[in-house]
Amino acid sequence: MYRYDTHDQTLVNERVAQFRDQMNRYLAGRLSEEEFLPLRVQNGLYVQRHAPMLRIAIPYGMLASYQLRKLGDLARDYDRGYGHFTTRTNLQLNWPKLETVPDMLAELASVQMHAIQTSGNDIRNTSSDQFAGVAEDEDVDPRPWCELIRQWSTFHPEFTYLPRKFKIAVTGSAEDRAAILVHDVGLRLWRDAHGEVRVKILAGGGLGRTPMIGEVVREDLPWQHLLTYLEALVRVYNQFGRRDNKFKARIKILVKALGVDEFRRRVDAEWAHLKDGPQTLTRQTVEDMQHHFIDPERRPISEEAIAGYERLRSENRAFARFVTNNVHGHKVPGYKAVTLSLKRSGHSPGDLTWEQMHQVADLADEYSYGELRVTHEQNLVLSDVAVDQMKALWDRLGELGLANPTVGTLADLICCPGGDYCGLANAKSIPVAHAIQERFEDLDFLYDLGPVELNISGCMNACGHHHVGNIGILGVDKKGEEWYQISLGGAQGNEASLGKILGPSFSRDKVPEVIDNVLQVYVGERLEGETFVETYRRIGLKPFKERVYA
Amino acid sequence: MPDQATNARPFIFEGRPAEDHWTMIREPESPLPDAPAIVPLAAWREEASNRQRAPLLGSDTELTPELAAELANAPLIAIDFPKFTDGRGYSTARLLRERFGYTGEIRAVGDVLVDQVFFLTRCGFDALSLREDQWLEDALQALNAFSRAYQPAVDEPEPLFRHRLREAVREAETSMV
Repeated sequence: MYRYDTHDQTLVNERVAQFRDQMNRYLAGRLSEEEFLPLRVQNGLYVQRHAPMLRIAIPYGMLASYQLRKLGDLARDYDRGYGHFTTRTNLQLNWPKLETVPDMLAELASVQMHAIQTSGNDIRNTSSDQFAGVAEDEDVDPRPWCELIRQWSTFHPEFTYLPRKFKIAVTGSAEDRAAILVHDVGLRLWRDAHGEVRVKILAGGGLGRTPMIGEVVREDLPWQHLLTYLEALVRVYNQFGRRDNKFKARIKILVKALGVDEFRRRVDAEWAHLKDGPQTLTRQTVEDMQHHFIDPERRPISEEAIAGYERLRSENRAFARFVTNNVHGHKVPGYKAVTLSLKRSGHSPGDLTWEQMHQVADLADEYSYGELRVTHEQNLVLSDVAVDQMKALWDRLGELGLANPTVGTLADLICCPGGDYCGLANAKSIPVAHAIQERFEDLDFLYDLGPVELNISGCMNACGHHHVGNIGILGVDKKGEEWYQISLGGAQGNEASLGKILGPSFSRDKVPEVIDNVLQVYVGERLEGETFVETYRRIGLKPFKERVYA
Repeated sequence: MPDQATNARPFIFEGRPAEDHWTMIREPESPLPDAPAIVPLAAWREEASNRQRAPLLGSDTELTPELAAELANAPLIAIDFPKFTDGRGYSTARLLRERFGYTGEIRAVGDVLVDQVFFLTRCGFDALSLREDQWLEDALQALNAFSRAYQPAVDEPEPLFRHRLREAVREAETSMV
């Protein structure tokens, strides 16, 4: 976990003072609404449907237990007692008071946190793999590189007023769990024959109104050049990205308009001037940064303990279900990464109460060396759980209602806050999520379906990533009424693809039945061992369409 | 609260309040006054050797090497911010300073606001012609919003990570003494 030095702390403190001054000038009428807006959103502060909303950065999803406790304190003391984890691994508080936000930011600074650049037309919080540093299939731990990018992008003097927001995702594993193909820039870290880190750079991916898969700009950038290359790339975007139309301003439109070859040529021409300049990374800098992310001193786990865990798994069906779905492999034998499901009835997907934040922080201290991760599927992860403590942890999670053994199933759906909170939404999304979760409660049915990603967005901005859901649901506005458009065949990860629209949209009460019909087609058509998306790719949209609109 | 709004644009040069000797003429009509005037690039090109004329670059002006060479002898270069949210001028100023070695005055004009002056200065603007309604004292204070920065820019040749390496070396040497 990265710990601030005096430089980092000073910068965050100065940011709080700066924003306090801006807020005072706004409240005193010396700063207009229009001019305050970009300043407040660069500090995570939105003015939403019912109230302000504060989006707090959780850089590359890494969270220490004491930080989660502080987030719980903030939810309790400044809000209505709960918070919402987003698909960009941030935390949103939905009911703060505008004038108390500087105090909230000061509290965050006291635990080395902030809300810097969680919104605005700037470089946003960098996101990464929730199993970074512990994944079995990892070539390079992305966290030190993410922190280098965080520092480079924080208060970047040249890139605070880009044409539009700019999101970077980083992975160092064979399986892409960071959705790098659908980010403005996606980075895949890998090792060459000499063991040196190289970076594959993708650009121009994204969801939103015009979803696109990113294109390869560079296959094998040597690590020393990461920051100079990013600077060249963002500079090209800053100069040539469209500013005349908000909906055509993302980098994906520029990459598409120029073609990736011309885009690459311009970036390389710019980079030729920056290459080997002062931002060239040194081995010492990278090693110092890696030192912040060293492995905890894990207690060795005996063969007997591992055997005991496997035995329990074979004997206890409920425990086995939890392990199969919510427990992920770890690079160290005897350890596992455990996903805490934030998808449960009675709570909006991704929500956690302040009490639960404190309780989960305690669990992180007891079972996982005081650290957690936030996933873009809106769950939490304890990344270093010894198998001989798994049963105890499982029991504790059960008491907290966070042991739903449904991670990766249909019930683990992704959902934006939607029309219940968000000022942009065309339709509500949370009630749709609840209706689907209620209809498909039966665990045997969920397991029989296997992995199905169902993603819900309340509008075109696609915060719920509906384009890359195997089943995507998009809220649309038709003459003032809320309707829902269904798409099929989207996928995230290495084989990312964008879903295709099934047909005319549905009213909210029809959605669960439509999903049921879609699932029945899959169950009827699937070949042995075929997942939902594999069946879809084989048979296409037509059979689903015929059934749903019969 | 005193009323700050006057017709004069608060002007800062090299971090201090200063008197502005230049007139901005966005739509030149001939004859131009016999006094220092900032005029659009096309008008400036017509009398580029006149030291009383300075070019105004639009936010969408592409700074090619050819243009930079033309600008090298300008007494000052003004870069326009039609809206404060248009961030292209930041790149233009950095390129003028860092790539093309322009050492004369680079002036931000147009929708130049208090809360942008820190980053503008970092990118190489040494002259800030603020919008009429902006408060000079707020802008002067905002010049010092941050005491350090992660990235190198015109004001600071090295990134913070290189300072940190030197600090670590110094600390190691001190502890050996």
